[in-house]
Amino acid sequence: MSQSDRITIAKRIVQELKQGQVVNLGVGIPTLIPDYLGAKKLVLQSENGLLGMGPTPPTAEVNMDLISASKAPITMEIGASLFDSSNSFAMIRGGHIDVAVLGVLQVDQTGEIANWAVPGQTILGVGGAMDLVAGANEIIVATLHTSKNGEPKLVKELTFPSSGIRKADLVVTEHAVFKFEEGTMKLVEILSDISLEELKEKTGAEFECNSEIKNS
Amino acid sequence: MVKLLQKNEFVNFIKDGDKLLVGGFGMSGTPLTLIDGVASSSLKNLTIVSNNLGEPGKGLGILLKEKKLVKAIGSYFTTNRDAVQAWVDGELEIELIPQGTLAEAVRCGGAGIGGFYTKTAVGTKLADGKEEKMMDGERFILEKAIKGDVSLIKAHKADRLGNLVYDHTGRNFNPVMATASKIVIAEVDEIVENGELLPSEIVTPHVYVDYLVMSNYVKKAGVFVESI
Repeated sequence: MSQSDRITIAKRIVQELKQGQVVNLGVGIPTLIPDYLGAKKLVLQSENGLLGMGPTPPTAEVNMDLISASKAPITMEIGASLFDSSNSFAMIRGGHIDVAVLGVLQVDQTGEIANWAVPGQTILGVGGAMDLVAGANEIIVATLHTSKNGEPKLVKELTFPSSGIRKADLVVTEHAVFKFEEGTMKLVEILSDISLEELKEKTGAEFECNSEIKNS
Repeated sequence: MVKLLQKNEFVNFIKDGDKLLVGGFGMSGTPLTLIDGVASSSLKNLTIVSNNLGEPGKGLGILLKEKKLVKAIGSYFTTNRDAVQAWVDGELEIELIPQGTLAEAVRCGGAGIGGFYTKTAVGTKLADGKEEKMMDGERFILEKAIKGDVSLIKAHKADRLGNLVYDHTGRNFNPVMATASKIVIAEVDEIVENGELLPSEIVTPHVYVDYLVMSNYVKKAGVFVESI
């Protein structure tokens, strides 16, 4: 069930991405997106120093010095380029990435993201999460609607540490698509057979919805 | 000409308590031979600046196992449970920095720049205690440059002058790490004659490199294995 939910999210995000956009895909659900692009071509940026990331190579062609940010073997598309980490993050921070698709621990009703640390646990990893939040031109959040414990991940206020002041533009879960406009969360589309009442129950955040929203 | 050092000769350039800048992202572009050399030396109380500390017992994880480290500065330590445990036990100090801030801090360290204002991490826990400044309507925090005593880097090929080229994403932090220490030691897979590397393909000019050490490792399928 959970895997089909993840695929639902990846497929819906594909609809938001435009041909030729430069996109950075975070770990988790975003890494499923390349499998559902169909004829659409994106330019994928990998934070460890590659623009134009291609699919997994056959085993015989694996080069452990050609890997993704998730440390998996990859290939290069025609037109790809390689660069060092400072250049990679200049690209990310400097607004040269069209879209970052990020997994999150929580997102609040203004679009503020928490995706690097869990309170009460050792906080020893941030990676490129904060750079992407600060620098990408558009941020799409890809997340299951609730955590493993059934807690809402779309919340009124973050209880996990924030990843930055820059807000997300869109969040896609297995149940719904929401956009953030001027600090307000708005329901765009319902993706599952959930009723609006059930959706409100499962969502910690308060959101606006206009009467035309229908289940798709 | 840079000097080609025999096996573990290079550890003589490192002192107890030194700050080492080490290239690599995961195991890729990591100077595994140099790390082995440090692990088998008597060096201690080292500070490592690197994106991560390898994996348990692999890459920089070896130095942790051998209790060579007092401090690690980097962006992602959670892939090495030994690092997490050492931190919990109070045996290892950790300074967590966003990955882009780490790369830029080292770049600045090698470029004669004392610090820089970045928008990354503004308003987060990682901005605690850092000066904030508003410029052109946007919030930034001040981050200091990072410099080291010795850089340990991994390149694919060098010529005899010390010019370096890298293998694909094995480049990662290595070119910036190569600029920001007093002594720079590069582990390489191959040394070619001067003139064999195209000037336009050289990523790290020889001015940054002091010593070369031949790598003991080769890549086989999905792993790095010792060739000797």
